[in-house]
Amino acid sequence: MGTAVTLVKDSAPAARRAHPAAPATLRRRGRRENLAGYLFMSPWIAGFLLLTAGPMVASLYFAFTDYNLFNTPKWVGLDNFTRMFDDPRWQKSVEVTAKYVVIGTPIKLLLALGVALLLAQSRRGQAFYRAAFYAPSLIGASVSVGFVWRSLFSDGAIVDRTQSFLGFHVGGWVGNPDWILYSLVALTAWQFGAPMVIFLAGLKQVPRELYEAAEMDGAGPFRKFWNITLPMISPVLFFNVLLETIHSFQIFGSAYVVSNTQCGPADATLVYTCYLYQQGFKNAQMGFAAAMAWMLLLAVALVTAVLFWSQKKWVHYEEDAR
Amino acid sequence: MSATTTKPSLLNRRRTGSLAWHLGALLVLAVILYPVVWVIGASFKPSKDIINSLTLFPSHPILSNFKSLAEGIADVSIWTFFQNSLFYAVGAVVGVLVSCSLTAYAFARIRFAGRNLLFSLMIGTLLLPYHVLLIPQYVMFQKLGWINTYAPLLIGKYLATEAFFVFLMVQFMRNLPRELDEAARLDGCGHFRIYWSIVLPLCRPALITSAIFTFINAWNDFMGPLIYLNEPGKYTVSLGLMMFRDSDGVAANYGGMIAMSLVALLPVLLFFLAFQRYLIDGMATSGLKG
Repeated sequence: MGTAVTLVKDSAPAARRAHPAAPATLRRRGRRENLAGYLFMSPWIAGFLLLTAGPMVASLYFAFTDYNLFNTPKWVGLDNFTRMFDDPRWQKSVEVTAKYVVIGTPIKLLLALGVALLLAQSRRGQAFYRAAFYAPSLIGASVSVGFVWRSLFSDGAIVDRTQSFLGFHVGGWVGNPDWILYSLVALTAWQFGAPMVIFLAGLKQVPRELYEAAEMDGAGPFRKFWNITLPMISPVLFFNVLLETIHSFQIFGSAYVVSNTQCGPADATLVYTCYLYQQGFKNAQMGFAAAMAWMLLLAVALVTAVLFWSQKKWVHYEEDAR
Repeated sequence: MSATTTKPSLLNRRRTGSLAWHLGALLVLAVILYPVVWVIGASFKPSKDIINSLTLFPSHPILSNFKSLAEGIADVSIWTFFQNSLFYAVGAVVGVLVSCSLTAYAFARIRFAGRNLLFSLMIGTLLLPYHVLLIPQYVMFQKLGWINTYAPLLIGKYLATEAFFVFLMVQFMRNLPRELDEAARLDGCGHFRIYWSIVLPLCRPALITSAIFTFINAWNDFMGPLIYLNEPGKYTVSLGLMMFRDSDGVAANYGGMIAMSLVALLPVLLFFLAFQRYLIDGMATSGLKG
C-alpha cells in the first residue's frame, strides 16, 4: 500500500511518458529506502559489530590461547578445555549451576503459574496484588536484597528460628554448605512476579466460550485446566521456560553477594559465572575464562535447541483464529 | 431441593470462595512483602538486634544507623555514590531511548534489503549470554584506556545493544496505523520527520517503559561496575554498599549497612510505585508476541 501511494506521487510527471519509467522510480525509491534503513540502523549495526560479533570472534580466539591481559596471547590449542574438564572446581561450578537451574526454575515457574491462576479470577484487589507480587522482580538482583537475604538466612534469624520451631534445626543457611544454595533458590522463587505477569496476560486471552462449552460437557476444574488452559497458554509457558532457564544459567550478583563475595562456603555457591569471574578477573586467566564462557554459550544453545525442538510436542500455536 | 434453599447456599459458596481467594492472596502477599518490611524495621534497630530480634519493628526505634551514613565510608561520602549511580542511570536512559527507537523505527517502518536477517540477528542477541562478551570487551576497553570510567558501561546503551527494548519498541510501532506515515509522506515528509514528529510522540508508553526499566537496571547493575570501576570515588551505590561489609561477613557497622540497603532501594521502589502500570504492561506484552 505504502509504496503504491507514494509511487503515484513520485512518478506523477513521468506518468505521461512510457511505462518503463515506473520500474526505474521503484528502484530509485528502493535504493533510497535502503539508505534510510541503514542510516537509522547505524547505531545498532556499529554496536553489533563492535560489541557483539567482534568480541565473540575474539573470545573464540582467546579460548585457544594463554592470555593474562599483558602478554601477547599464546596459542595453546585445546589446553584450556582439557584443563577445564579436569578441574574439580570447574566441575563443582557446573554441578552447582545445574542444581540451581534444575531446582530453582521449576519452583519459580510453578509459583508464577499457580499465583497467576489465582489472580486470573478477577476479584477486588486484583491489580494491587499483581503489582505487589511483581515488585520483587525489580529489586531482587540488587545488592540491598542480597544483604537482606544474607541476614534473613543467618544463624538465629527468622528462617533458622522457624525451622527450629518446626523441629529440624540446621542453623543459618548462609554458613552451611549444604543449605546456602537453597537460599539462592528461595531468592529466585521470590521473584516469580515477572513470569506471573506474562502468564496472566496469556490467561486473559483464553476465550471464555471454551470454558463454557467444557462446563456444558460436565468438565470439572482440573479437566478444564488440563484440556483448555494449559494448551491455550502453552506458547506463553514456552516463552517463560526458555527465558527463565537461560537467565538462571547466568546468575552472578545474588550468589556473589549472599555468599559474601566468596561463592562459598566450600564452593557451595560457586555458580558458573562466579568461577568465570574468579578465573578471568582475579587470576587474570583470560584465555581460560574465555573458554569457560564458550562452554556456557554451548550449554545455553543446547538447552535452547532442545526446548525449541520439544515445542512441537507440547506447544500449541493458534492458526490465526482472528 | 427448593429454590429457597439453593439460592442462599450458592451465595454462601461464592462468599467462601471469595474468602479463600483473599486469604490465599494475602498469604502470598505476606511472604512477598516480608523482606521489604523487615529491612525497613531493621534499619531502625541497633546493630546487635538486627539478626536476632524477631519483632519486625523495634519498640525503641533509633536513628543512629542513618546518622552514621552521613559520615560516609572510607572517606567517600554516600552522596558521591548516589551522584555516580544517577549519572550512570540517566546516561543509560538517554542512550537507550535514542538508539533503540531509531533502530526500532527502521525495523518497523522502513523496507530495506536485509531487514529480516538483521531482525533475526537482533532477536538472537536477546538469548546470547552476556558472559561470552565479557572477557573480549574488557580486553578492548582496557586497550582503549577506558577502565575506571563509565564509558564501557554506557557505550552499549548508545549503540542499541539492549535488544529487549528495540523489540518492545518495534512491537509498539508496528501497531501504529500506517495511514499516518502515508499522509505525512504525501506532505513531503522524509523518514526522519515521520520518526521525530509522528512515530516518537505516539510511542510514549513504550518509551516510558524502556526508560524506567533502563533506569532500574542501571541502578541495580552490579557486575558491570564491579568489573570496570576500581576507585571508591567512582563507585555506584551498589559498589558503595559492598564497602559496608567486612571480609569476615560481619560488618563493623551492620546497622549502617542495612540502613544504606534501604536507602539504595528507595529510588527503585518509588519509580515502581509511580509507574507500575507501564512496567507491568511492558512486561506482559513482551511475552505475548514473542
